[in-house]
Amino acid sequence: MPEVTFPQSEGEPVVVDLHDPYWAAFLGWLWPGAGHFYQRRFVKGFLFMICVLSTYFFGLGLGHGRVVYASLKSGDIRWQYFCQLGVGAPALPALVQSFKTSQGRDPFFVLCERYPANYGNAGSGNSIERQRAQLRFERVTAENNFEAYQGPTLKDGFMAPPAGPVLQNSSDVLGKWHFDYKHNFEMGTLYTVIAGLLNLLVIYDAFVGPAILTPRQNQELNKKKRK
Amino acid sequence: MFDLIDFPGLNVVDATILATATAARIWYAIPLVLVVSLVYGATRHEYLLEILVHSFRSAIWLLTFMTAIFVVIWVAGYWN
Repeated sequence: MPEVTFPQSEGEPVVVDLHDPYWAAFLGWLWPGAGHFYQRRFVKGFLFMICVLSTYFFGLGLGHGRVVYASLKSGDIRWQYFCQLGVGAPALPALVQSFKTSQGRDPFFVLCERYPANYGNAGSGNSIERQRAQLRFERVTAENNFEAYQGPTLKDGFMAPPAGPVLQNSSDVLGKWHFDYKHNFEMGTLYTVIAGLLNLLVIYDAFVGPAILTPRQNQELNKKKRK
Repeated sequence: MFDLIDFPGLNVVDATILATATAARIWYAIPLVLVVSLVYGATRHEYLLEILVHSFRSAIWLLTFMTAIFVVIWVAGYWN
C-alpha cells in the first residue's frame, strides 16, 4: 500500500494512499473515477466521474449515438476512436459493433434503415429509376418509401460504423450523417474525444497521485512571476 | 463570417438569423472549458476547495486565451 506524501509550505503535508496503483489505474480507465473510489478518494472520484461521463454522454447524444465508432476501412480510418477509447467501458460497445458488422452482419441496436448503394440507376432513361437513385443512402421513411421497398437495406446501429461502401467522390452513409446532424456531428465527436483525453489525466492521478507543487517548486514559480 | 453571394436568395434578415445561429455555437465551448478546468484542477490538488480555486483560475485563463485567439482571427478577417 504505497502512501505518497506531499509536503506543504504551510500546514500539514498531504498524504495520499494509492493502494495498488496499477489496479487503480486500470479501474480508472474502465470506468472514470472508479480508481479513486477504490483508493477511497470519494470526492475526487465523484468529480471525475461526473465531469468525464457527462461530457462523453452529452457528445454521444449530440451525435445521435453515431459519433463513437471503430473503423479502419480504407477512406474512413476513425482515428478519433483511439482518443474516445480513453473513457473505457462506455466506448467498448463500438468494438463489438465493429466486429459484428465487419463480418457482414447487421449491427445490434438498429437506429434506422437506409436505401442501398445500388438502388435505382442514375443514368437510366426511366424516370422512376432516376428517382430511386436519388434515394441512395437516404433513410427509409413512410414518406419516401412510395414503392413499399422490402429489399436489403443499410442499417445505422448505435455506435456502429457507417454501413455500405466508403465513397470518395459522392455521398455515402457517413456523408449523410454529416448532412443530417450538421455541426452536431463534429461537436459530438469533439466532446467524446475530449472526454477520453481527460480520462487519461484521471488515470494519471489514480496512478501517481496529484501533481502538487513542492514548496521549492512553489518558491521558484513565485520568483519567476515577480520577474 | 460569410458572404451573401454564397447564399443566393438570402436577404439581410435571413442572413442576420443565420449569423446569430452560427455565433450561438460558441456556447458549446462553455461546458468544455468548465470540465477541462475542473479535471485539470483536480489533478493538481487533493482537496475540494483548492481544486475549485485552481479550476476557477484555469477557466479564466482559458477564456482569456480563447478571446485573444478570436480577436486575432476576427481582425485577420479584414485582410481576407
